[in-house]
Amino acid sequence: MNRINNLFINNTKNILSVYFTAGYPNLNDTTTIINTLSKSGADLIEIGIPFSDPLADGPTIQNSSEIALKNGMSLKLLFEQLANIRKTTNIPLILMGYLNSVIQYGVESFCKKCKETGIDGLILPDLPTNIYVDNYADIFKKYDLKTIFLITPQTDNSRIKYIDSISDSFIYMVSSASTTGAKSDISEAQQKYFQKISNMNLKNPKLIGFGISDKKTFESACQFAEGAIIGSAFIKALTNSKSIEKNIENFVTQIKGLRPI
Amino acid sequence: MKYDVNKNGYYGSFGGAYIPEMLYPNIENLKKNYIKIINSPDFQKEFTELLRDYVGRPTPLYFAKRLSEYYNTNIYLKREDLNHTGAHKINNTIGQILLAKRLGKKRIIAETGAGQHGVATATVCALMGIECIVYMGETDMKRQAPNVARMKMLGAEVRPATCGNKTLKDATNEAIRDWINNPVNTHYIIGSVVGPHPYPDIVTMFQSIISYEMKIQMLQKTGKDSPDYIIACVGGGSNAIGAFYHYLENTKVNLIAVEASGLGVNSGKSAATLVLGKPGIIHGSKTILMQNDDGQITEPYSISAGLDYPGVGPIHAYLAETKRVNFKNATDSEAIKAAYQLTRIEGIIPALETAHALAILEKTKFKKNETIVINISGRGDKDMETYIKHLTI
Ligand SMILES: Cc1ncc(COP(=O)(O)O)c(C=O)c1O
Repeated sequence: MNRINNLFINNTKNILSVYFTAGYPNLNDTTTIINTLSKSGADLIEIGIPFSDPLADGPTIQNSSEIALKNGMSLKLLFEQLANIRKTTNIPLILMGYLNSVIQYGVESFCKKCKETGIDGLILPDLPTNIYVDNYADIFKKYDLKTIFLITPQTDNSRIKYIDSISDSFIYMVSSASTTGAKSDISEAQQKYFQKISNMNLKNPKLIGFGISDKKTFESACQFAEGAIIGSAFIKALTNSKSIEKNIENFVTQIKGLRPI
Repeated sequence: MKYDVNKNGYYGSFGGAYIPEMLYPNIENLKKNYIKIINSPDFQKEFTELLRDYVGRPTPLYFAKRLSEYYNTNIYLKREDLNHTGAHKINNTIGQILLAKRLGKKRIIAETGAGQHGVATATVCALMGIECIVYMGETDMKRQAPNVARMKMLGAEVRPATCGNKTLKDATNEAIRDWINNPVNTHYIIGSVVGPHPYPDIVTMFQSIISYEMKIQMLQKTGKDSPDYIIACVGGGSNAIGAFYHYLENTKVNLIAVEASGLGVNSGKSAATLVLGKPGIIHGSKTILMQNDDGQITEPYSISAGLDYPGVGPIHAYLAETKRVNFKNATDSEAIKAAYQLTRIEGIIPALETAHALAILEKTKFKKNETIVINISGRGDKDMETYIKHLTI
């Protein structure tokens, strides 16, 4: 079974998904970050494919992408780094990036490589649902790659239901109308929106992302969804670290309140 | 018309709307309403009146006698430089501000390269009393300083884009990010035929006034409504599509689009997208763009801020693919030379962007009985600092 589906069958609460940009802070940190996150208690990992023009991202992820590219990261190299990742961890892995990277790699070669590597899903923010359904759904399904779609406070109910109907893993609930990046608090308006979605009884589980940065925002998000996604705050935790392993352990422990193993 | 966008938002295989979900409601709203609004009689009335009384249209079609003698042919200049604010860009911003008002938007954002689109946007916002924020690459803010000052005087806030090469591509990224963060009250006035569908079509509709007038003026001046050649420069491609649009189906008219090749097509410092690029996605649209094998968008270079863009509008990708338009290019130094030539021979200082179109005269042999229209997309006041460095030419 696809590892994402498996995760949500066994867990319905406090799921922590962590995003990082491949190639940041150092070119060869990728497997260390994944293995340490996995050991420290993260439930799901989103590996960012750095892109020169990340439209949906705020300053933190823009900056990490720029540095990753300067370090020499590419999609080809990322697949090389991940070649043996399934020997060390069984955590669900999602690739997150922009469609142009996939197109230039070659859509079918990309999917094949994902399958070989043990990638479970994709988040491609600039691949809209209609283009996905018309041109990509069949090939992604052939390689058992789950596509995760976003909904936002501006997404109306009928579209939410549509997105639920074409999804088969989880729905990425964007917490506010914004690019990625940590904000400190979750407002009442956001809570209302989370509650509304929660009451819709969608068939897919939901993870809340954008602006989740610490234990407090993680816990309040988890009241309304199966879990939450942290990106920018995690990137910041990796910045200027002496030992990224230590920083990662501390970060996950702080959020989930677990002891590192 | 066979070159118009199809019902799915594509020109052949180019175009579409590759946008994050955060922009879906805005783009849907535009898609559902733009044709209805633009074709409504009250819109058309207000648009036409403003173009006439405020912008100063129709712009003249001027027979450049001395330039024609020099090249031993017949050269006409479509004088978009005589528009209010000094370039074709205002044709689009007048249209889009009227569209924004009818969509109930209270805040306007725009990107700008040369600053002409920024000035044209700031101008219509002043005219309508609407808040205006313009994103401009830091590099461009330096090389087009007079336009930064104009935007500020017009009451716009100019926000520097500090990523990448700090030019037009980066300013466009920032404007799109602003829109993601302000989806409800804001309208994004894109400055060229780029971006997600329906923007390329909207901008085409507003700029097509150029060739609409050209047909009438050609008939009056020559007894024939079409020239043998139309030449225009291409950054994203808005002045070019404006000058070409009503001639697209008349294949007797040779259409020449001129990109900036910077220090030379193969110098690594160029913006000649159609020579160097391949299909991909930039700013929400599938088109031809400059990129490496990993799909990273390459930093373009041109002396001209308005042509310093690594893509072209999807309609141009299609017109190039179908060979309806012949794409050529001109270097920095060819453009400078052409600008000085027009200035000295006709007393018209063109924008650096326009100078690239003019440079084709030196590189192409035209016959004595042929007629050529060059679209003078803008005037050169903003480029004086660059021009004056080459005064010894
Ligand atoms: C005078 C002038 N011409 C041409 C351009 C290029 O834009 P487009 O290709 O959309 O006409 C610009 C852009 O700033 C401009 O200011």
